[in-house]
Amino acid sequence: MNLTLKVWRQAGPGAPGAFAEYQARDISPDMSFLEMLDVVNEDLTAKGEMPIAFDHDCREGICGMCGLMINGSAHGPMKATTTCQLHMRSFRSGETITIEPWRASAFPVLRDLCVDRSSFDRIIQAGGYVSVQTGNAVDGNALPVPKPDADAAMDAAACIGCGACVAACPNGSASLFTAAKVSHLGHLPQGQPERYRRALKMVAQMDLETFGGCTLFGECQEACPKDISIDTIARMNRDYMQASAFEPGENRKSGGAG
Amino acid sequence: MTASSLPAAGASRAPVGRLRRFWDSSVGKKVVMAVTGLGGIGFVVAHMAGNLQMFVPGTPAQAMHEYALGLRKLGPLLWVARAGLVVMVVLHATAALQLIARNRAARPVPYSRRVGQVSTLGAKTMRAGGILLALFVVFHILDMTLGVGHPQFVHLDPYNNLRLGFQRWWAVLFYVVAVIFLGLHLFHGAWASWRTLGLRRASDRPLHRNIAIALALFVTLGFLAVPVAAALGIFEPQTVVMDAAHTPEAAQ
Repeated sequence: MNLTLKVWRQAGPGAPGAFAEYQARDISPDMSFLEMLDVVNEDLTAKGEMPIAFDHDCREGICGMCGLMINGSAHGPMKATTTCQLHMRSFRSGETITIEPWRASAFPVLRDLCVDRSSFDRIIQAGGYVSVQTGNAVDGNALPVPKPDADAAMDAAACIGCGACVAACPNGSASLFTAAKVSHLGHLPQGQPERYRRALKMVAQMDLETFGGCTLFGECQEACPKDISIDTIARMNRDYMQASAFEPGENRKSGGAG
Repeated sequence: MTASSLPAAGASRAPVGRLRRFWDSSVGKKVVMAVTGLGGIGFVVAHMAGNLQMFVPGTPAQAMHEYALGLRKLGPLLWVARAGLVVMVVLHATAALQLIARNRAARPVPYSRRVGQVSTLGAKTMRAGGILLALFVVFHILDMTLGVGHPQFVHLDPYNNLRLGFQRWWAVLFYVVAVIFLGLHLFHGAWASWRTLGLRRASDRPLHRNIAIALALFVTLGFLAVPVAAALGIFEPQTVVMDAAHTPEAAQ
């Protein structure tokens, strides 16, 4: 396969960027999208040019590092697929492929196609955890979890934090990511103690990070490589509403004998 | 460092109360929009039911007059209802404008190309349609409630006000366009509100989408009926017997 690539090149954070055109020659249809970029980078290196920077790690669709806007779709044309699992047979020889980084104010471009997603880390830090007691490990099945809850928690836990939901959202909203984390922990008994505070804190952090709001376009669900449903957003909102009604505001003195 | 004091790009968080916290959050604003939107749907359906009295067989003019008179007889309650509607519209529009500003700021550098996969026409026209509807409501109240700019407005004679008002082709056109946008707005709004409020349980059957489609079609067709029928000349001129206490002169 021979392809023309239109790739976003940007020297660093805040630097002006622009599209550059490259030819990708003799590409095997069995290559992954990232392997195709590797081939192009080999050529660039041989010519003494700066290779295209892009994020990747496991290349088996589970780490969440890779993520490119390919022809206007997050992770490209295949549904429920990360960029590393997308193969070149999804494209036609002679095609021009436009490759852009995720675009969001909360995901500043670091270089070329790499963006800084530490805003996601801060949302997790704000409430994406459960408290565990120290001491002996609890017996594996000591805590019964109804099967439907376990399934729902597992479906939400499939989120790999790649940021495709934000990238695909017309509003640049991180609602699907945040909702997946809120649902994942909130469905399990271990997640109950912090359930409502978690919704409050994670939503507050999401807003602070300058993500947009949810209009329920449904684009995030389509882009998600892990097929996470926007039903999680309904659940996050429900937890958030209950928390808003019953959890004290920040100007209240926190209680407790300590 | 504690999790509750995480830094984010130069932001500071002052202590806030519950209501303020709710309103300041993107989820809170969407909840406000959902609740006021559902209230708006209730109003729109009731309004449409009123309009359809134009088609009462025999004496539609009298039916419309009595309907209008019935609303006036509510007295102070009518003003309570109007105030409620104004509050709902203001909350809905304020939240919408603030969220639009946030959404714009969330993507300062646009994509050269972004292909929507599943966005419906309803979802895509929420903003433009909402602004059009706001302008339409202003025009509609001036035209059909206050009679400003209406060719031959008679207080408490809605049958003939509508009949004559819709002899202006541009008014018919504006009403038809606005009603189509209302249907689109209502379709996405009804469906999304339900989910925003967390009332949608996970299910493979998209029942609420069908309810939203049915509701939107029902309202669109119901509202289109009057201007289209008027444009087609279906409404005959009819005189109304006014209640003496409510003649146009008494209302001045």
